[in-house]
Amino acid sequence: MTILGAAAEPSCYSRLVNDWICPAYVTDRQQEIVDATVQHVGITVVSVVLGLLIAFPLALLARRLPRLEATILAITTGIYTVPSLALFPLLVPFTGLSATTVVIGLALYALTILVRSLLEGLRSVPDDVRESATGLGYGRGALLMKIELPLALPVVMAGLRVATVSTVALTTVGSLVAYGGLGNLIKDGVLTNFRAELFTASLLCVVLAFVLDALLVLAQRLLTPWTRGVRA
Amino acid sequence: MRVFGDMWRYLSDGANWTGGDGIAALLGQQLLLTLTALLMAMVVGLPIALWLGHLGRGGFLAINISNVGRAIPTFALLALLVVAPWPGTDQLGPYGRAGLATLIALTLFALPPIITNSYVAMREVAPEVREAARGMGMTGAQRFWQVELPLGLPLVVSGLRLALVQVWATATIAALVAGPGLGQIITDGFFRSNYGKGIAGALVVAAVALVLELLAALAQRAVDPTRRGTPTGGHTDALSVTGATLDEPAEPVG
Repeated sequence: MTILGAAAEPSCYSRLVNDWICPAYVTDRQQEIVDATVQHVGITVVSVVLGLLIAFPLALLARRLPRLEATILAITTGIYTVPSLALFPLLVPFTGLSATTVVIGLALYALTILVRSLLEGLRSVPDDVRESATGLGYGRGALLMKIELPLALPVVMAGLRVATVSTVALTTVGSLVAYGGLGNLIKDGVLTNFRAELFTASLLCVVLAFVLDALLVLAQRLLTPWTRGVRA
Repeated sequence: MRVFGDMWRYLSDGANWTGGDGIAALLGQQLLLTLTALLMAMVVGLPIALWLGHLGRGGFLAINISNVGRAIPTFALLALLVVAPWPGTDQLGPYGRAGLATLIALTLFALPPIITNSYVAMREVAPEVREAARGMGMTGAQRFWQVELPLGLPLVVSGLRLALVQVWATATIAALVAGPGLGQIITDGFFRSNYGKGIAGALVVAAVALVLELLAALAQRAVDPTRRGTPTGGHTDALSVTGATLDEPAEPVG
């Protein structure tokens, strides 16, 4: 019999009760939950941003050299095929048991989705728009930054949303190397048969995914005011 | 690096491959889990999605199920199923400990890509082709079997391919929650700080994943009625994200 179980008023997360939903757990372990959530958001955001930073030049390269496109797509698809629980261990010899391992692994997954959506987005820019811009005297750089990227934004943002939502979910697997954000709580919940911890952390993961997705939708609306009237 | 030496020693020791919890047995177990789950998801998902796609109904649901599926961590669902009183960690025949929980989770995560892709495959058959079939007096069933399904098959198979990748990955994660399969080698290695063993397990899992993906890609090529293989440019496949597959509802069928 544990001390918790012997208490006069067993709380809903004591061994005896072990409720799935337990507000007392959330208030008592607030700091732990906040820390895990902060780590989770941090790992997710850094991974997606890193993925985007690598995906951008790769997409431009693939577009400039069509012969490279198939190779780049094949390699990124290959990486995507490797399960996260296998990818993290394969990175450990290089980066150790650190958050870097998780971030690099997740960035590689995000990269796959982002390269494709960047290519798809740039391809969706109508040729006549590109020609008009060239006719107006836009150079290659200005054409890309001022015409092509803004027009590609809806498709790119769609990819960014997919990448972000899946990264939030995959971050939990990082608990293998002890950097899994809310995944650490899930793992602990399984090991100690702690239902409130497990359920709260799982729920927070899903909520986090939807919140980040909503933020990206909002950002997209602000960045592409011209699509608002059309979509309705 | 020393871990690579440890990894090689683990992989080259024949004793690690044989026996009840050897690599070969666990590999067989995980392949069995993967194929069973994929088959169950196909039996459930394909008829519904293809039928909805044929009718042009339920597009919102068929497309958003993938978005919802992505947001749910496989690890969390597996953990919930294992800790719950049912299905729990009970043995299930050749599927090993927590076999039922793992099978349920795998099937659930195989469904979204199958449903979304099959639905989109049916909807993306060119409207003029559909009109022509109707004009020739084909019945609904004839149009479905002779026109829409053959034309949509490559995309349907690409959904199965994506589901296969997803199921294999999830089956690996099952070991994090005391489930069956090859992931056990990885988690056991890390749990006991025997990193060579963990990395050896990861290598086997990754290699099999690539082989499965390659076989699926070949299958996809084989069912392409236009026989030009997988074109690289401008073609939508399961992993690419376009505006059309994301938020546009399918056009209503007249």
